[in-house]
Amino acid sequence: MNTMNMRDEPLVYELSRPGRIGCTLPRSDVPEYALPEGLARTELDLPELDELTVVRHFTRLSQKNFSIDTEFYPLGSCTMKYNPKANEAAAAHPGWKNLHPLVEPEHAQGALELLWRLQEALQKIGGFAAASLQPAAGAHGEFSGVLMIHAALKDRGEPSRKKMLIPDSAHGTNPASCTMAGFVTQTIPSGPDGNIDIAALRAALDDTVAGIMITNPNTLGLFETNIEEICRLVHEAGGYVYGDGANMNALTGVFKPGSSGIDVMHFNLHKTFSTPHGGGGPGAGMIAANEALAPYLPGPVAVNRNKSYRLEIPAKSIGQVKAFYGNFGVLVRAYIYLLMTGGNGLRRVAENAVLNANYLKALVEGVYPVPYKRHCMHEFVAKGTIVPGVHTLDIAKRLIDYGFHPPTIYFPLIVQEALMIEPTETESKETLDQYADAMLKIAKEAAEQPELLHDAPHNAPVARLDEVMAARCPILCYRG
Amino acid sequence: MPFIPNTDAERTGMLKTIGVESVEELFSDIPAHLRIKNLDMPDGVSEMEALAALDALAERNAQTTKMDWFLGAGAYNSYIPALVPALASRGEFLTAYTPYQPEVSQGTLQAIFEYQSMAAKLLGMPVVNASHYDGATALAEAVLMAWKAKEGRNRILLPADLHPEYAKVIATYLTSFDIELVRYDGDPKMVSLDERTAALVIAYPGFSGEAYPVEKAAARAHAAGALCIVLADPVMCAIFKSPGEQGADIVTAEGQSLGNPLNFGGPYLGMMGTTEALLRRMPGRIVGETKDKEGRRGFVLTLSTREQHIRREKAVSNICSNQGLSMLQTCIYLAALGKQGLRHVAKQSYDKAHYAAELIGRIPGFRVATKQFFREFLVQTPKPAADIARALAKKGIVPGLPVSRYFPDRPNGLLVCVTEMNSRQQIERLAAALKEASE
Repeated sequence: MNTMNMRDEPLVYELSRPGRIGCTLPRSDVPEYALPEGLARTELDLPELDELTVVRHFTRLSQKNFSIDTEFYPLGSCTMKYNPKANEAAAAHPGWKNLHPLVEPEHAQGALELLWRLQEALQKIGGFAAASLQPAAGAHGEFSGVLMIHAALKDRGEPSRKKMLIPDSAHGTNPASCTMAGFVTQTIPSGPDGNIDIAALRAALDDTVAGIMITNPNTLGLFETNIEEICRLVHEAGGYVYGDGANMNALTGVFKPGSSGIDVMHFNLHKTFSTPHGGGGPGAGMIAANEALAPYLPGPVAVNRNKSYRLEIPAKSIGQVKAFYGNFGVLVRAYIYLLMTGGNGLRRVAENAVLNANYLKALVEGVYPVPYKRHCMHEFVAKGTIVPGVHTLDIAKRLIDYGFHPPTIYFPLIVQEALMIEPTETESKETLDQYADAMLKIAKEAAEQPELLHDAPHNAPVARLDEVMAARCPILCYRG
Repeated sequence: MPFIPNTDAERTGMLKTIGVESVEELFSDIPAHLRIKNLDMPDGVSEMEALAALDALAERNAQTTKMDWFLGAGAYNSYIPALVPALASRGEFLTAYTPYQPEVSQGTLQAIFEYQSMAAKLLGMPVVNASHYDGATALAEAVLMAWKAKEGRNRILLPADLHPEYAKVIATYLTSFDIELVRYDGDPKMVSLDERTAALVIAYPGFSGEAYPVEKAAARAHAAGALCIVLADPVMCAIFKSPGEQGADIVTAEGQSLGNPLNFGGPYLGMMGTTEALLRRMPGRIVGETKDKEGRRGFVLTLSTREQHIRREKAVSNICSNQGLSMLQTCIYLAALGKQGLRHVAKQSYDKAHYAAELIGRIPGFRVATKQFFREFLVQTPKPAADIARALAKKGIVPGLPVSRYFPDRPNGLLVCVTEMNSRQQIERLAAALKEASE
């Protein structure tokens, strides 16, 4: 069913043999100098491996992963779309890799122009006035954005506005980012249609409100139909609207968030703009703002002065959120993707992402209940409540046996036994058909042979792992 | 478009299955007046054209390999063995997500566990997490972590000799909190601490390259009831005593020079390690060892009750992603260099830097201001350092960072960095060019 490496692979320390080395340096051609007295290190417990052992070890480890390059990976809200190989080819150029961040600007004109062009393109896609590429991840963009709101409120003489509203379907990073920026969060419930409950929103709007954080489409995969009204209400109450762009893949070339009243927003370049997820990062969480909040953007940002490119700090910037200018290598990948996709392609990305999600939904919703009877955007949430005693976790693990990565599970929190499925536009109809077939077969198995699900996966390098033991008695590094 | 497989015929069939006439109908939840037909942007181009456009931009940048390179200041020109990118760029690593489904993510999880193990030894700490965005954000998070651990104390002692961008990032991270940052000069063991001090931060070495021992300062911090945070150069730790063995409670580091390219400032690798006592306050992903139901060893993300996806507003930090690929590059780098190799890199950098300092110190008008250093030192120049750097650039030499870039009131400071990449010939050419430029 899959081609994973099922053999146990020892740890690098277990493969180590005294005296081996995997890389040698040129012989030193300068005199030796003594280390400072009392500060010399006597023991360094790193492994000792030859080059081939290192190569085989990490190659074998890689074969214990599912990945987009090897399997369908429909993780909801993660946008596991194909990452074009041209992204990697472009980023490997020595003109990027060997470029030091502190060279004089005249020696980095190519890099600065790329930053400027990417800022321009992203602000146009989002409908914003300005953008900063500093944030290294989506959560980092959120933190920057809510700090911008914090600074703007302070400038308005209203630092007492401390309440940030968060819909109950939001990602956990939203409330956590608010805490890091000194805000207190209040949860806003969703209504029966899966959108923000407008009555509950109105009730929460008072003179302590700093703003609201909105993910649109939300994590149910549904467009916030009342987005304009929400923005208007929050603005009338004196607050700002933060847009979480995690789900922008549904909307490129269809809808500009800035035109609906959102004041500041991050985009996840590792989702919508096809840079690889890398097993957890690095991402890039570019942030864009309207005219009012643009002066507060984190900096430096790239500016174009008659085709001479420079770095500048925006007038009222919240400051720097990381050293240097963002995850630049990731930005190169996003930029070439934008060149290859273009304005026309971005529209087709959204159309096909939404088409694929609705198609897959249509294939499975007869068996897996979908709680909101609407067209979905780029993803949909179904329930794993197909047979008593069988849980979403069991369905997810059984999908592995069929050679598919499970969807996001148990999120959003407001749907019981949630299965959050995002196929993306880069998957073919036959892949979606095969996946739907597997989902339907699993539903049958759940009724007839539930142990097949309970014991799954049967076909992976390890069976289900004891996560409780891992947390109770943590073993966090090799103890040889 | 090559990244979208659906043909027109397939789209028609899929729409029929869904029960709609057109794709536009699927967007009917978006108010019509907010919908756009297209973006006012150029159409997409072929891979061949796009790569050519990118190459043209890349060619306009200076490259470390084409000049004699002595500029560091937080980003280091180090050798990356060929196997590092070759292995890390395998699609199975590159295009996997966060290992939330451990049965099909053992490759990523075991690599993180191995990184945690090697980094813990290098920094001398019992536990290390799966990484932060970079060294600066790791240090900022460490400051927040220490402040929260020492409830009722709101003063953080920060060295004046700290990378200016790190100081800026810390200031941003602390914006909303009642924390007093006090900058101190010189040896950290001479700093006065009191019952308001939550943490003493030590840069090992500082921005100027000066490396004060940590041990006595850490002991004094502990005696005052404060924590000791060390920002370390991880390569230096291969031959200098680790911060952990000198008593640090939290160690952060920029891991870029362990196998990651310069890349105009990112992606880099924020390293963080701490003690068992502070483990549950540490932000970031952590991988732990466990067993599957058949007793086979396996690895999982663990201690997640610290994190945002579980604890939301009560999480220890909002961090979600780690620098997965940068961490993997460092993991492979450490495995390949190993015990001997990393010490060779560190000792050669040390020897070459000291040889350079000796030559530069002999040039009339030049003075080496840093006393105890690893691979980077501050030189007082007889003329503005920026002028010298400009003159040397014409000869293909980047002599270091004129510190006026950050401190306009310090025109005569040049921060010189020498790594294993610099040859004796380059060092001697640098010294000769500095002499000539000052005449």
